[in-house]
Amino acid sequence: MTTATLEDRERRRAWGFVAPALLWTLAFFVVPFLYMAAMSLWLRQGRDIVRVWNLDNYARFFTESALLKGLTNSLEITLTVTALSVLLAYPLAWIIAERVPKRWQRMALILAILPFWTSYVVRSYSWLLVLSKGGVINQALLGIGLISEPLEIASNRTATVIGFVHFFVMLLTLTIYSNLIQLSPNYRRAAADLGANGFQTFWHVVLPLTLPGIMTGAFLTFVLCIGDYITPQILGGNNELVLPQIIMLQIGRRADFPMAAALSIILMLAVTAAYLLCARWLKIERA
Amino acid sequence: MAQPSETQTTDIVLPGSARRLLASALSWLYLVAIYGFIFLPVAVLVLFSFQDGRLPVPPFNGFSLQWYESVFADRRLMAALANSLMVAVVSSVISCLLGFLAAYALARYRLPGSVLQRGLLIAPMTVSYLIIALGLLAVLNALQVPLSLWTVGIGHVVINLPLCFAIIYASMGDHHVNIERAARDLGASDVKVMALVTAPMLMPSIMAAFFLSITFSWDEFIIAFLLSRFDVTLPVEIWSMLRSGLNPKTNAIGSLVFLASVVVLVVLELALFGRSRKP
Repeated sequence: MTTATLEDRERRRAWGFVAPALLWTLAFFVVPFLYMAAMSLWLRQGRDIVRVWNLDNYARFFTESALLKGLTNSLEITLTVTALSVLLAYPLAWIIAERVPKRWQRMALILAILPFWTSYVVRSYSWLLVLSKGGVINQALLGIGLISEPLEIASNRTATVIGFVHFFVMLLTLTIYSNLIQLSPNYRRAAADLGANGFQTFWHVVLPLTLPGIMTGAFLTFVLCIGDYITPQILGGNNELVLPQIIMLQIGRRADFPMAAALSIILMLAVTAAYLLCARWLKIERA
Repeated sequence: MAQPSETQTTDIVLPGSARRLLASALSWLYLVAIYGFIFLPVAVLVLFSFQDGRLPVPPFNGFSLQWYESVFADRRLMAALANSLMVAVVSSVISCLLGFLAAYALARYRLPGSVLQRGLLIAPMTVSYLIIALGLLAVLNALQVPLSLWTVGIGHVVINLPLCFAIIYASMGDHHVNIERAARDLGASDVKVMALVTAPMLMPSIMAAFFLSITFSWDEFIIAFLLSRFDVTLPVEIWSMLRSGLNPKTNAIGSLVFLASVVVLVVLELALFGRSRKP
């Protein structure tokens, strides 16, 4: 009998320990999220929100091309950024892991992600310094006479992609490198013993073994990229808005909170879809 | 069986040494190019923070510290810096504390629905900051809670709690259980065991969680932007400086933030390096 009461007391104490974190998450994450989901089914009228349940916001999303275009822009940019970042980061991680002498690897890695530690807002701004009309690249090209008119490389999709890729190359280098150095050299030795050349070893052994790391990094890139407002806002100009920019427009200028909520839910569904795709793919790889 | 070794040599014309040299040269070339790409914006940022002129773009007119002076003379900027530090420290302390307590309870006791609880605590990690901020903003508006640095702090705990919980929970190995049991057998209460035995043993991961959470809060923009009103954090203040276009003062504050982060990084690295070499 005494053990039961002891267990009860212990369990009550355990609940006491876990309760603050659970309550915080419930109150400031779950409830707001549910409230927003409900709000996406309401309507704005003037400056008021009318609590009539309907799917008008979602219907508007699919019929108004400006809104729908936000999602396609977001998806196009995010997929481009993810692919480019993986393609640029993998060789870098590989060279650091394979070519750079062991005792310099840590240094090389720290250097590769050093600009990661600049403020996020400032990082996009500094690309503006490089890409704008009077910026470094244009001035350099004008200086050596390669062009006579400054190129329009800032304030468009290219600039957004460059800004994003710069950030995510650093992130992916980190995740892929940590994956590469965990590989036992025995796999490669075995492949070489069986007669595979460098490329065959890479393609059939190293790449599949580092695929989980790539997918994790790529998924992280996708999530962070598609939800980001700053980089496209600073570098992207006004012609091709992405979904987060359109969401910010709704709550700013248009004071349409229900629409912003609906667009947020759509953004989340896009992330969930990406997760399901990645998860399924990874599972197949593991089998 | 012998097939692969035959195909191996036929498609390569160069002798082994020349091939290796070429591969090595290409590697170094790639390294130089990609490091150039990574460092270009930072180099430009820092260089033109010393610009003697009103535009942070070429040509470089000469060396001047005037923009750093104007950064330190800017009351709003300095206030935002202090706000950022305060929000980062307070929200990280709360995140670590709540994360540690929850990790302790879920790792050491058998609670009903513990998988669900873990999932719930981790869940905010999978949602964009923008959506977390919007949800909070909607609720705060509905309850007519005025926006302040406190509401920013609440948001930052929401994003950092999953991180702290995950890091600390992952480091709560079973090998610590016996030490805790010994302490309990010697008469220590549960709370005492947790505070005097478990927490010190997990200090490295608690500190890692703490500093990571400080970095995240320090650099976070969208939650701080949407949930603050009159007092703002540094990223939000820098954001409003951007409206005036390219300005060497923005370069100066950006360079200072970068310098501070690098100093923290070097100190941490040296501390870790020193520790790992001792044993």
